[in-house]
Amino acid sequence: MAIVEVRNLVKEFPGGVRAVDGIDLATEEDEYLVLLGPSGCGKTTLLRMIAGLEQQSAGDVLIDGEVVSGLPPRARQVAMVFQSYALYPHKTVLANIVFPLRAARVEKSERDRKARWAADLLGISHLLARKPRQLSGGERQRVALARALVRQPKVFLLDEPLSNLDAKLRASARDELKRFQDEVRTTTVYVTHDQTEAMGLGDRIAVLSQGRVRQVGPPMQVYDDPADTFVATFIGSPPMNLVPRGDVLVGFRPEHLLPSEVAPGGLPVTLKVDRLEYLSGDRHVYGTAIGVGEPTRVVARLPATVEADVAVGEEQPFAVPARRIRYFDAESGVRTQAGSS
Amino acid sequence: MADREGTLAWLFLMPSVVYILALVALPFLLAIGYSLSDVTAGDPSFDWVGTRNFQRVFEDPVFWRSLGNTFVFTLISMALIVVLGKVLANILVADFRGKWVVRFLVLLPWTTPVALSSIAWLWMLDSIFSPIDWVLRQLGLIEGNMYWLGEPGLAMASVIAVHVWRLTPLAAVIMVAGLVAIPRDLDEAARVDGAGYWRRMFEVTIPLVLPVAAVAALFGAIFTFTDMAVVDVLTNGGPNNATQVLTSWAFFRGIDGGDVGQGAAIALFLFPLLLAAAIAILRAVRRLEVR
Repeated sequence: MAIVEVRNLVKEFPGGVRAVDGIDLATEEDEYLVLLGPSGCGKTTLLRMIAGLEQQSAGDVLIDGEVVSGLPPRARQVAMVFQSYALYPHKTVLANIVFPLRAARVEKSERDRKARWAADLLGISHLLARKPRQLSGGERQRVALARALVRQPKVFLLDEPLSNLDAKLRASARDELKRFQDEVRTTTVYVTHDQTEAMGLGDRIAVLSQGRVRQVGPPMQVYDDPADTFVATFIGSPPMNLVPRGDVLVGFRPEHLLPSEVAPGGLPVTLKVDRLEYLSGDRHVYGTAIGVGEPTRVVARLPATVEADVAVGEEQPFAVPARRIRYFDAESGVRTQAGSS
Repeated sequence: MADREGTLAWLFLMPSVVYILALVALPFLLAIGYSLSDVTAGDPSFDWVGTRNFQRVFEDPVFWRSLGNTFVFTLISMALIVVLGKVLANILVADFRGKWVVRFLVLLPWTTPVALSSIAWLWMLDSIFSPIDWVLRQLGLIEGNMYWLGEPGLAMASVIAVHVWRLTPLAAVIMVAGLVAIPRDLDEAARVDGAGYWRRMFEVTIPLVLPVAAVAALFGAIFTFTDMAVVDVLTNGGPNNATQVLTSWAFFRGIDGGDVGQGAAIALFLFPLLLAAAIAILRAVRRLEVR
């Protein structure tokens, strides 16, 4: 429905801390854009500036091609789901959902119709008379989503909406969020520090670090072709292995470092294995990589389908398929193509 | 001994138990006893007179007037204290340059001893030399003097105004605590939801601060109810008992007038009212805990 764009956006807090340091970023129509980064990278500040809760120090925010930088939140037609959900504790679920419509002076019959529609969509119709404190975490999250949805905003802003849920609930809530997104198809900016959420939900991911965008791209691209060593090591679990060789870093993902009999013809790596972990079917092999560059500790992730024997304490032949190898400048950490020398 | 929690608990509780028994329970029982006796300042011997004191109190129009005044005084003061306290609280939590000066000034009335501030107000409201009158005269709003403490209606208004002036800072500080406890997210959510200042104020902030405001109001009510310093200093209950309240009337009758029995009977009327207020406070506090 709308495009959100920020141009050279800067937020400097008193004391000179630059939480957001010149970000240019634009969503596409109806896109699910995830802002991913470690805590303190400026992703929430960026989101709050889009919402209008934080005033930018420089630059502009555009929604639907219009500059909204100076406008208060209510004039921006955005809806936000907070990390804490920020449900009004003294209001019932229905009153919570209806609140934005009342603020917009929507007529009562229309309000009720829309509230029921939103509640139905999120499966909380049976909870309308309850107070927030009588709800579980997952139900609260859905009420917060319904409250955001009911006004049919131009843009959804979600600030770590899953981080208050326990691990098991988070997976199913993520799944529901995805279905919700497919159904409502509204431009969404989603902030998270959890790469699984980012990879699973985002049409595109913007990886942020220290107030700057390191890379923007679809999940696969960000994962397979990281723009620098920050992205390479922030995304992926375990992260990408980086082996120094001269003035480059040789990078390869743990799942691409395989026993040489299953990866014939690849870059040979001798792995001195010192530890083995067996995690949900995969084997994580920790050891020192010899022969690629300087001996470096690396991790290999062998899927359950690889049944080759790996023994702790031995040096074993491993290999990385050549097309899976990425090179980074050792100095700047930026991706280089010419590193294959 | 430190391991015997029961004994230790009693040991720690003892000072306050003794204090409450000696200074609250004992005088209360004495008051009940006196109210049923003919004890006076001149003749302290105890003779049982049954409910005669109460009958005489009921027949006294000044008592009814005092009772009515007490309610008017308390209700109006309480309403003003809560509203002004909320406004002041908003000012106290706001962030602006020089806010410490404002905070200092706001808290000043509460920190001044009531006798001193009441005397200051007595001068301010003086029938001839009142600076308030002088300002009004200079502005051309009045001619002559207002006689703040001489006209029944104005006297009541003056007593209420001084009381409000004195108690509002306390209410404001209590409400600041309530305001600060509201998560910032809620206000921000309301802003994003499109609510303007007044809607946020009346639909989010005030409902959430309500239990705390109730505590502030009830504290104010009890302070107002049981206070006689302002009345005593400013008007002495006058003119013609127009500002007489239960406490001042009990004092005049029982201590100044020496009729201890009747004074005690009048003072006992405070008890059911204060009991109701205390129960209301405890319930408000419980609502706070539930949330």
